[in-house]
Amino acid sequence: MIYNIPFFAVILLIAVGMYAVIFKRNLIKIAIGITIVESGVNLFLITLGYREGGVAPIYTNLPSGVILPGGMVLPIPQALTLTSIVIGVAILALMLSFIIRIYQYYGTLDSRKVRRLKE
Amino acid sequence: MNIDWLLTHSPALLIAIPLLAAFLTPLIDRVSRRARDAFVIAVLIAAEIIMVILAWDVFTVGTHIYTMGASSTAATIPAHAAVPIRIVLEVDGMGAFMGLISATVSLAAGLYSLAFVKKETGQGRYYTLLLLMLVGMFGMEFTGDIFNMFVFLEVLSIASAALIAFRFYHGDAVEGAFKYCVISSLGALMVLFAIGLLYGQYNLLNIAALAGVMKYTTLDRIALVMLVAAFAMKCGAVPMHMWTPDSYTVAPAPITAMLVAASQASLYALFRICFSLYGLTLDVTTMGIIIISLGLLSMFVGVTMALPQKDIKRLMSYHAVSQTGYMLLGVGVGLYLLGKSDFDTYGMAAMEGGIFHIINHALYKGLLFLTAGAIFYKVKTRNLNEMGGLAHSMKYTTIFFMIGALAIAGIPPFNGFASKLLIYESAYHVSPILSIIAMLVSIITLASFVKVFHSAFMGPPMENTEAGEVPKSMIIGMAVLAAGIILFGLFPGWVVSNIVHPAAQALASQAGYIGAVTGGGV
Repeated sequence: MIYNIPFFAVILLIAVGMYAVIFKRNLIKIAIGITIVESGVNLFLITLGYREGGVAPIYTNLPSGVILPGGMVLPIPQALTLTSIVIGVAILALMLSFIIRIYQYYGTLDSRKVRRLKE
Repeated sequence: MNIDWLLTHSPALLIAIPLLAAFLTPLIDRVSRRARDAFVIAVLIAAEIIMVILAWDVFTVGTHIYTMGASSTAATIPAHAAVPIRIVLEVDGMGAFMGLISATVSLAAGLYSLAFVKKETGQGRYYTLLLLMLVGMFGMEFTGDIFNMFVFLEVLSIASAALIAFRFYHGDAVEGAFKYCVISSLGALMVLFAIGLLYGQYNLLNIAALAGVMKYTTLDRIALVMLVAAFAMKCGAVPMHMWTPDSYTVAPAPITAMLVAASQASLYALFRICFSLYGLTLDVTTMGIIIISLGLLSMFVGVTMALPQKDIKRLMSYHAVSQTGYMLLGVGVGLYLLGKSDFDTYGMAAMEGGIFHIINHALYKGLLFLTAGAIFYKVKTRNLNEMGGLAHSMKYTTIFFMIGALAIAGIPPFNGFASKLLIYESAYHVSPILSIIAMLVSIITLASFVKVFHSAFMGPPMENTEAGEVPKSMIIGMAVLAAGIILFGLFPGWVVSNIVHPAAQALASQAGYIGAVTGGGV
């Protein structure tokens, strides 16, 4: 049971993030929501690769007494997470720069007022 | 550098050349603008040529496999392992088919951009992002690795979002871009979560290897729902279409044409997931019905929303949603019949129709968006009520618009007719209602484009606008696509048997897709 706690955290993070994206009106909060969803997904990937008592998957720096390959945590989910974090930073930067421009143009961050396209 | 070397390495080269060129572009931009324009066009032409060579080889010989970083490109499974570990690029008929679309549309968009963005600032970055979009599309279409597909999906989304906001001094451009960015990053995160679910069960990321061990457990079903929802959202199927008109409308016209091709790359990913990753393990009847209903909804809602629009690009965007419905319908019928005895008789024809429609749509919708851009370039408005009589001064644009409009309405001898007829004939066998709705939508499409033609091109010449045709490079860009439409419309039989049939065959045959990777070990 104790090892399932990270998965509950994953569900919680994704739910909170989705809530923010769908129901919040402030554009900054929408951006924050996406970041939270992303953290949830990253946590999910990391948890998948974790093994109880495992060491970092670096061959050259292996402590003595570790049985391979079971003694290491899985390296692939970590590589996936790293990639996903980098992509997330790019998306976040892009979204924030859009928000700056929207604020300059409309003078508000309320998504109900930023809707020139609908007319 | 002989032809064999080029062929062997072409899948990697097609991704590497535009990627490196994209980041060289700002440097060359510092030296000279003309040099940069020449460089970008040279890269796009090179990509098109390599793509044609690769596609020809795939269609005549068979699937291309390229293992990144292995001693031999065919060594998909390393000597000490039992499963594929390295990133594998797998170009089968369907991938090559989609690659042809991406390369052609990008070339036309690049040529058109030369004049279209001439007065804007930040052109160096514009072309960088344009090339990155091409990289993203090629990557999604060629990769055999599901995580790699996520990465290229994000490359494509980021580049597209930035380009939608290219004219940031219009507030609405940034608004459309923000919407696109939120939708695509949420979609991509759902894809990543699904990848995590699949990896957690099978310890695999290679699509072919995953398909080989797919058990269709509850977790697989959850992953399927997330993947299908995310990719259907990215390709603009109703009820997840709301971003399409907003972002298509505000993007510069050549980028809108690219976005059509980008949406189709997501459509390709959707089909790849359904056919190659899950294949017959999933409940094809239910999934087929879901895809068919997505298609019908998109067709009908798209076209009815298009009718009352006054903004020319917004109207065309809703038509893009509606046309995506035809592709979903055609391929959905194929999925519905997959593995049943009727598949060989009309299931295959339906898939051919749906897949043929993908390339036709890329050509004529790309062309229509480019003509809308040409109108905007001269008249400086997208509002249909404020324009008129353009046929007097813009005769080439008028001809191109007519070609595009007749093709989208499915009037012979243009290409839209050929693919729609295939869909009508085969969907009729599943249920006559499908064909009736498809034909009805086609008629409404024609009505809507008659309206556009009348209000934009007919009537007395407009006063107080600069008369004359758009610059040459824009005409060449449109001509590339118009030539494709006419050729495909005049020789549909040749196109279907030589290009579309191998693509449909590759999509339908899951065993072939798996065997190409797992059978080619050391």
